[in-house]
Amino acid sequence: MNRYPLWKNVIVILVVLVSALYALPNIYDQDPSVEMSPLRGTVMDIPALQAQASEVLQKADIKLKAAGPRNGKLLLRFADPDQQLHAVDALSPVFSEKYTLALTTVPDLPGWLSSMNALPMFLGLDLRGGVHVVIDVDMDAAVTQAVGRYRDDLRDLLRKEKIRGARLSMLPNGVRATFKEVGKRDLAENKASEQFRSLKFDNGEEGGQAWFDALIPPAEMTALKRFALEQNITTLRNRVNQMGVSEPIIQQQGERRIVVQLPGVSDPSKIKEILQATATLEYRLVDTQHSVLDVVDGGPVPPASKLYKERNGKPILLKKRVIVTGNQITDAKSGLDSRSGSPAVFISLDAGGARRMMDMTTENVGQPMAVVFIEKRTVTREKDGKLIKVKVPVEEVISVANILEPFGARFQTTGLDSTEEARDLSLLLRAGALAAPIEIVEERTIGPSLGQDSIDQGFRSVMVGLLVVMIFMALYYRVFGLVADLALLINLLMIVAVLSMLQATLTLPGIAGIVLTVGMAVDANVLIFERIREEIAVGSTPQASIKAGYEKALSTIVDANITTLIAAVVLYSFGTGPIKGFAVTLFIGILSSMFTAIMGSRALINVIYGGRRVKRLSI
Amino acid sequence: MELISNKLNIDFMGRRKIALIVSSLFIIVSLASLLTQGLKFGIDFTGGTLVEVGYAQPVELEGVRSALAEGGFDKAIVQYFGNSQDVLINVPPTDGKDANKLSDEVFRTLKVANQGNEVKLRRAEFVGPQVGEELTEDGGLAMIYALGGILLYVAFRFEYRFAIGSVVALIHDVIITLGVFSLLQIEFDLTVLAAILAVIGYSLNDTIVVFDRIRENFRRVRHGETVEIINVSLNQTLSRTLMTSVTTLLVLIALLFLGGEIIFGFSLALIIGVVVGTYSSIYVAGTTLILLGVNRTDMMPVEKEGADQNAAP
Repeated sequence: MNRYPLWKNVIVILVVLVSALYALPNIYDQDPSVEMSPLRGTVMDIPALQAQASEVLQKADIKLKAAGPRNGKLLLRFADPDQQLHAVDALSPVFSEKYTLALTTVPDLPGWLSSMNALPMFLGLDLRGGVHVVIDVDMDAAVTQAVGRYRDDLRDLLRKEKIRGARLSMLPNGVRATFKEVGKRDLAENKASEQFRSLKFDNGEEGGQAWFDALIPPAEMTALKRFALEQNITTLRNRVNQMGVSEPIIQQQGERRIVVQLPGVSDPSKIKEILQATATLEYRLVDTQHSVLDVVDGGPVPPASKLYKERNGKPILLKKRVIVTGNQITDAKSGLDSRSGSPAVFISLDAGGARRMMDMTTENVGQPMAVVFIEKRTVTREKDGKLIKVKVPVEEVISVANILEPFGARFQTTGLDSTEEARDLSLLLRAGALAAPIEIVEERTIGPSLGQDSIDQGFRSVMVGLLVVMIFMALYYRVFGLVADLALLINLLMIVAVLSMLQATLTLPGIAGIVLTVGMAVDANVLIFERIREEIAVGSTPQASIKAGYEKALSTIVDANITTLIAAVVLYSFGTGPIKGFAVTLFIGILSSMFTAIMGSRALINVIYGGRRVKRLSI
Repeated sequence: MELISNKLNIDFMGRRKIALIVSSLFIIVSLASLLTQGLKFGIDFTGGTLVEVGYAQPVELEGVRSALAEGGFDKAIVQYFGNSQDVLINVPPTDGKDANKLSDEVFRTLKVANQGNEVKLRRAEFVGPQVGEELTEDGGLAMIYALGGILLYVAFRFEYRFAIGSVVALIHDVIITLGVFSLLQIEFDLTVLAAILAVIGYSLNDTIVVFDRIRENFRRVRHGETVEIINVSLNQTLSRTLMTSVTTLLVLIALLFLGGEIIFGFSLALIIGVVVGTYSSIYVAGTTLILLGVNRTDMMPVEKEGADQNAAP
């Protein structure tokens, strides 16, 4: 009696072995490393780069522990963090033009473990340190921009069709064109509805005026918002990639939020600046027909123009029509202007932008063209005793130059203050513009020292909790207690193994979840053992008591654990970062504890007591 | 070793009136405190900025305060965090300053004015007001979903009166745990909310074990009053109930003292929850069953109608 069939024993042994194997990577050290990846436009030859980098490091007297390709990047490992930092100092002057250098830590696993895809647990930002930012995308602004684009396109169309006298105004979801005569309205609406097939049209007359509305239908509105979000995610990803952060996470959260996680980053201010920067460039023609002095003296601003200021404060009138915007820029590099030696940004345009630039510069040779630098900043201001956030657009004309000859896809822009500014601007332009303004609504920075402290404290809590529970169980249930202790250890091993396999994020509350599971995992064994004691008390034989104890406790254990699983699932679906980590470990812990407490402990008990005469149980 | 004898027969349900009074008292006090002074919500829920810095040597808070005041942060709340080297600074929204740059500026101010005592940024958090609002809403919803899911499961596995009994016990536990946080004005942050959801899971675990035994005894013991059967069941499971609570409490106490300042509230909420949950699974759940009038006929396995018909000639 009480013998497990072979297959059950094999399953238990197999699970323990696989768990041990996949939990193993967690005991290896982490190497401080530098990861080199190519910037856009650079073709990376890893062996050649490795040789070059090794040479630079050798010259700087920095010892390289190991080097090699990893995920299509070159990984340089060092013995300690000091060497790692020295290495970055030595490498960046040589390679930063063409490669990004990212600090990271990589486990020093033996080859056979890596080849099995065994990895240590993936630590959350609260344990490894880093910056977590939640970004809100301003969807209203995205819609307004789209409406603005339709208005400009409609104006172009009317001009091309030579339909004059229309007044265009922006509605929340479309454009309204107002005419004096119904006939003109009908003609314009006809042409417009041919051109903009995706829009819905509506018309009417009011107070002697005729109008038509070109409206964005709800389905397209949704698509527009989704596109704005996706475009922003792409842009942010590009920006982050340019910054040299290892293993960044950029994800959509909900309908209008983006989460950016940057492990290992300890100075959040620069990162936030670059993430939030909405800086872009616009190229416009200078309005030479009107006098800027008249406008400054209080005269009316010409309808097709707008008043700007140059960096030195001098006012200037520019045409409202934009030739090209930052969206159409495909590449931007910073450097020095070959003639003046001043900082410059070298720009390449996409096909559409190049064609427009070519058209405009051909038509306007000899005319001045201005480059407008646009940046939006969010500041808090007090208004009526309340603090409110205001977006302040900063628009500056950074350079005005005469068009000497027509040009298209490639040209340069000067007028920047410093090489630093040229570099930042080129980074922003290269990464693309944000499709809609963004705002940081949540930010959490965890310094590396706090992360390490949390790991240490968490580890200590798990160990102390485990030890106390194990001693208690052994005292209370003797041999059965020791069996439960072994089951508990295997349970812990399984949790670590499953977390490592799934690469689920381990957070500080996650560790707390493991601690909690340690306390609760023995519950199943307690239930079983109490049942066995009851059976013995009513006079059953030891073997029959074991059998009955396990059988009768089973449904109770399942019922009791399923309800905790429900709580864990709710926690997971509602929670953010750290809380999710708690839910994950709780969930895994409950499942694995059911396995170890029921099947694992039974297998052991069977080995100890099964299949022989037993006078009394040590329980 | 045995702490609780198998032959023990405590008349738990005989004292259910006392338990009812005790529970009502606790709930009234908790609700009164929750309604009058409420919870001391952390920035996860209220929105705001906080910065935790670590000094190389112990530091005087006065010095930190005056350094901050000079930097324009005279309204900042400064306190020690766990020891005299770690300082937690709560920064209210400040006029003319970009909210999500406050933490950077605070840290820079302290770094400049450190007087030879090296200071490092341990943690900076900024939560926008709308995020906090959403979180409060989602947190409430999560609690309702968890309770609803459990209600359904217990109703499906047992009977609706058992479901009501377990949910009453859960609400009892949650209100009292929240009440302690409100009374002592301990900060209520996201991890505490997680702990409370875990308490729901844990407390229910206990209650289900008791219910399971009550159902079993109703079916097995063909005589005896409802009160008597509940009493027997409670006595039979008492040893297990206390045992599990003790092991869970042992690890939670380890977590409370060794886990660090950040999860102090989390550990505390769980400890309160486990203690209250253990009490409620003994008294509240059973009492509710009696009040709802559960009896043996409700517990009998459903007889298959088809079987009867086949037996008939």
